[in-house]
Amino acid sequence: MTELASRTETHTPTGTTHLLEVDDIRLSFKGVKAIDGVSFHVDEGELFAIIGPNGAGKTSIFNSINQLYRPQQGDIRWKGRSLMGLKPNKTAELGIARTFQNIALFPHMTVVENILTGRHIRMKTSWVAGALWVGPAKREEIANRAKVEDIIDFLEIEQWRKHPVGMLPYGVQKRVELGRALAMEPELLLLDEPVAGMNLEETEDMARFILDIQDELGIAMILVEHDMGLVMDIADRVMVVDFGRKIAEGTPDVVQKNPDVIKAYLGEEFEGAE
Amino acid sequence: MRGRPLLFTSYEADQALMPTTTKKVALTVFLVALVLVPVYDVIPFAPDFLAKDDWLKVLTNVMIFAIGALGLNILTGLAGQVSLGHAFFMGLGAYTAAALGAPEGPLVGLGLPMWIWLPAAAVVPALVGVLVGPTAVRVRGLYLAIVTLGLVFIGEYLFRNTESWTGGSQAGRTFPRFQFRFWKEEEPLVDFSRKGEWFGIELSNEAKTYILLLGFAIVATLIAKNIQRTRVGRAFQAIRDRDIAAEVMGVDEFRYKLLAFGISSAFAGVSGALLASFVGRTIPERWDLLLSVQFIAIILIGGAGTVTGTLMGALFVIALPRVVQDFTAWLSDKIDAGEGIIAKVGDVFIATSGDDFGIVNTLPGTGPGLSVFQLNLVIYGLLIIVFLIFEPLGLYGIWLRVRNYWKGWPFTY
Repeated sequence: MTELASRTETHTPTGTTHLLEVDDIRLSFKGVKAIDGVSFHVDEGELFAIIGPNGAGKTSIFNSINQLYRPQQGDIRWKGRSLMGLKPNKTAELGIARTFQNIALFPHMTVVENILTGRHIRMKTSWVAGALWVGPAKREEIANRAKVEDIIDFLEIEQWRKHPVGMLPYGVQKRVELGRALAMEPELLLLDEPVAGMNLEETEDMARFILDIQDELGIAMILVEHDMGLVMDIADRVMVVDFGRKIAEGTPDVVQKNPDVIKAYLGEEFEGAE
Repeated sequence: MRGRPLLFTSYEADQALMPTTTKKVALTVFLVALVLVPVYDVIPFAPDFLAKDDWLKVLTNVMIFAIGALGLNILTGLAGQVSLGHAFFMGLGAYTAAALGAPEGPLVGLGLPMWIWLPAAAVVPALVGVLVGPTAVRVRGLYLAIVTLGLVFIGEYLFRNTESWTGGSQAGRTFPRFQFRFWKEEEPLVDFSRKGEWFGIELSNEAKTYILLLGFAIVATLIAKNIQRTRVGRAFQAIRDRDIAAEVMGVDEFRYKLLAFGISSAFAGVSGALLASFVGRTIPERWDLLLSVQFIAIILIGGAGTVTGTLMGALFVIALPRVVQDFTAWLSDKIDAGEGIIAKVGDVFIATSGDDFGIVNTLPGTGPGLSVFQLNLVIYGLLIIVFLIFEPLGLYGIWLRVRNYWKGWPFTY
């Protein structure tokens, strides 16, 4: 933490501190510009959506927040402190959870074990205590098992509790992954295409869970999604990116009317032909 | 809950090691059966051949290899890091034990009691594992296998050239015996290396050693199982299945890979020390690649990532040579008698005299065909391939299928 404390001094947050502030980050892979100067902020309890065509850099933004990618320029601040240069697992400890576009569950473990893995940062006993199954470790395991049950209940996946997740249907796996992220008790949840490939019913279930997370748990979320109907219905604010640049930001109805957004999604009318 | 063994009413019951009564009873019966092996010759209907000293030795070896394999299972099965360096850490454990526990003499030996040399045989390899770990955990998959392969050869070279510790090539050295002492007193408190009477039963030294190592194997199994089902075990498996997701969950990949290396090396060290002490005298060449491969065979044949599978694998791989040997001996007896279909078929496979053709040659010395030892290697290799292709969960997978079949019987699911 001392490392973190010294970082904060170099940044004097201007005005009010947001939960997450992304400040003009630029990320390129050998000349390919994945993110080309994107800035935005997310406040506590807010549901912020990022949309944009394929390859616009949405997932790269997520990976930068997690510090899986290291942007060459710019800054990402968490409650006023810079996240830049931290190990990915430190971002988790600070309270940032994440789901993946292509499900990244641990396929050989059961639903309970997967969600318990999400409890990793909330558990403290050493591996020695665990190996000997002595008092504190045993109590902690059992207490966290109970927490997992709350999440299983919240996401309505009771019937799959003891199944290895690799064998579960796609929609259920998406829910388990959400559960694993929730188990971390995060303050910010990064949802990478939570309803991709889902049918209407599954999508609506997921939308309900996302709204419940916002209302009941008060967790802020960044949602990357291609399902425009869903995004426009549930997001508080929307940011549109294209070719690594931000082209619009605002409430859903404002963004929908933005000519640049329409251009990015529908293409430009050919005006040269009179 | 009577009649509903899988209906748990507390999280403690849900997470128990032995959640159902059936499992508890089966395990108790199994453990009692294991403890009683040395007196099978007086128990009616028991397989009395197991109580013979040479078979007890085979079973003792199974226990020793099980301990080492449980360690490799944590590294390879749980954390997913393939290591061929297990033999090196076993050697390290063995020589640590020798330096501390062997009686003073021409070679390094402090004559310290077992409660010092055995834990030290875990700690020293673990520390070395954590020291060399950072180089190894940067690479993954095949590259890691190659790096750890190098470790075996470096180790063998070191062991051969530190003669005051290891006795040097071909000569070897003696290792401390299984004796419990407080300190360096003359008469040991409990002596497992000499025959004697326990609770009114006359036991050979093989029988006593077997019981001691059975105890160690049980403790090692419990530790391995607890590691697997608690926080650290889940972190290992998370790294194995999806390393990026694991990191984003807050698992420090580097730290946990290193930890897996350390724990695995500790198990290997204990296993090596026990093996050397059990054999009594060992040359540096004992800790070679073949030994590492045997451990890989154990966890792959048994079922990587499962404790039960690892134990089954240890029994299978270590007892197999003995079974093959007994079988070929039995077959050549039949051939010599020259009767029946068994003799005719067996004759094709086994060469019993110098000019006889056979795939397997039981005669001492060289000749056409494979020796029993080579036959074992061929069988290991075949089994690893067969299991990898047809049953990746190994013997444990087969066991699961049999168990689930009978669970639902007479229905198919």
